[in-house]
Amino acid sequence: MTATAGAAAPVASQAERPLLRLDDVHTFYVHVHALQGITLEVFPGEIVTLLGGNGAGKTTTLRTISGMIHPRSGTVHFGDDDITNVPAHKLVRRGVGHAPEGRRIFGRMTVLENLQMGAYTRSNKDELGADFERVFALFPRLRERSGQAGGTLSGGEQQMLAIGRALMTHPKLLLLDEPSMGLAPILVEQIFQVIRDIHAQGTTVLVVEQNALMALGVAHRGYILQTGRIVLQDTAANLRQNPEVQKAYLGG
Amino acid sequence: MSARRLQGGSAPLRLLPGALRRGIERFAGRHQSLAVLVGVALVGAFLPVIVGVPPFSGFGNRNDFVDGFANAGVFVLLALGLNVVVGLAGLLDLGYAAFFAIGSYAYAYSASPFSHLDVPFWPMLLVGAMVAATFGILLGAPTLRLRGDYLAIVTLGFGEIVPVVFLNSDTYTNGTNGISAVYQPSAYGLFGIGSFGFGNPWPYYVTVLAIVAVAMMLLYRLQDSRLGRAWVAIREDEVAAASMGVNTVTTKLLAFAIGASTAGLAGVFNASKLSLVSPDQFGFTVSFTILAMVVLGGMGNIWGVAIGAFTLYEVQSVFLKQLTNFVHDIHLPAVDLGFLRLDISAIDFVQYQFLLYGLALVSMMLLRPEGLFPSRERKRELHESAEEAAESNEEVVQA
Repeated sequence: MTATAGAAAPVASQAERPLLRLDDVHTFYVHVHALQGITLEVFPGEIVTLLGGNGAGKTTTLRTISGMIHPRSGTVHFGDDDITNVPAHKLVRRGVGHAPEGRRIFGRMTVLENLQMGAYTRSNKDELGADFERVFALFPRLRERSGQAGGTLSGGEQQMLAIGRALMTHPKLLLLDEPSMGLAPILVEQIFQVIRDIHAQGTTVLVVEQNALMALGVAHRGYILQTGRIVLQDTAANLRQNPEVQKAYLGG
Repeated sequence: MSARRLQGGSAPLRLLPGALRRGIERFAGRHQSLAVLVGVALVGAFLPVIVGVPPFSGFGNRNDFVDGFANAGVFVLLALGLNVVVGLAGLLDLGYAAFFAIGSYAYAYSASPFSHLDVPFWPMLLVGAMVAATFGILLGAPTLRLRGDYLAIVTLGFGEIVPVVFLNSDTYTNGTNGISAVYQPSAYGLFGIGSFGFGNPWPYYVTVLAIVAVAMMLLYRLQDSRLGRAWVAIREDEVAAASMGVNTVTTKLLAFAIGASTAGLAGVFNASKLSLVSPDQFGFTVSFTILAMVVLGGMGNIWGVAIGAFTLYEVQSVFLKQLTNFVHDIHLPAVDLGFLRLDISAIDFVQYQFLLYGLALVSMMLLRPEGLFPSRERKRELHESAEEAAESNEEVVQA
């Protein structure tokens, strides 16, 4: 595959400075060179997707952005700030919301308590009330189950809760790690519709996916990762048309 | 599948509690701190009364009982402190007695003929708590990156090392002999119940009650605070907690420090009451006993843990002794099986306390794993899924 350099068509407000910029990021798990020079940008108001097979480095990229793991070299910028070595809990306050891989619901807390944990860093009561309403409007099921323990929810409900909980941090940038994993097709449709809604409400989204078809359906642009490197980047429309992408990821 | 369980979260039908109980619950919900203080005071007033009534009055005189209650109070404090670390924050600490030792030695060194120092008891309560908290942070800082089993092993090591250090620091601790003749607290006829001394357990009892009441009140406040929620989040899932903005390192350190400071308080009190501090008082069995109290009472439930600690202490110090005497007195004939001679009347049940703890814990894990008085979350985890399953089965049957 050849890199289609700088072919990204201007979407929304791309003339602005990027909200997120990774510059030649190398991340290691002890000796494993997981990210081998990732450079990517997410502009305000975009939905960007990161595609790739197992072990390509998608989750590691998100973990590097959200401060769960720090790169050995390269820089991560959020807005104008260098966040390369800022720990995860501080990034939440700056507006990076992360729904981590595998949902990681607090199983023994109720749905409501899970959402309240999402609001852990926040104090403005009025804003909070509005955000609870927003999450319940996006996921009516969560309101119905608000008194139920998180661990007893179905997989789809847990995914909704994971996204809702991340939204309660009031992120400028929402990082979603494989929101469709393990879900029935109808639920996958629902989740991606919600991603559209969240975006329409003004949140920038970076979504990691194995389900390339769905992801390219909602995203404006996409990056394709292979063994820790970005091998292709383009608009979602172009990626959908790209024969190699079709062959490798779209079952075409 | 889940669409049919729309009303899944509805509360299961429960027996209607009495109006009195509802009234108490409403009051406790609104004035929690006051309710805790009043609750401890009521229990504290009730205990010395009940032991004057048969059958308890037959087991000993009231002063001996009250002395035992004061000692039980020490373990209640210890269990309350360990509950913060293990029950709330979910960090398994197997060497908790180390902080008890640190508090004890802090007081023993500061108020005994051994050092020629005579720091008054009351400020030492605070100092002891602070010294223990400092060591809690010193132990915590390098080890809190470890998880689960590894943390347990390191704390186990710490718990073994601390008494050995005290054993070998002769200059400060008087080595094997320990520090004796530790000064007892001085108070000016505390509330008209006499002064602190070996013959008079009442001032100790009142003091430990007051400490327990204040500790419980503060712990309830902490549990409901932001910090309390952060502890629970870390216990449930550390990665998720971090991605909610919880600073996991300081949150865990605070759990360690607060747990340790409670043990420090207990240590200062215990040293002054016992008047002797020696390294053999702080072995692994102490850490284990406190942990058993927390598990038995119900990890994470403050009242439950306090009751668990009190019960276990009384079982070991009163019940087992009485049982031994009782069995001895009924003179059961010994059974001789040739290879084995069973003489029940000669059994000293106190010697079997750890066997009995073990049996109690194993049967708990089988029958009531959430403890006698489970915390809300634990109850939910262990029973709701079963109810859910039963519920959906019913639906299947109906459909």
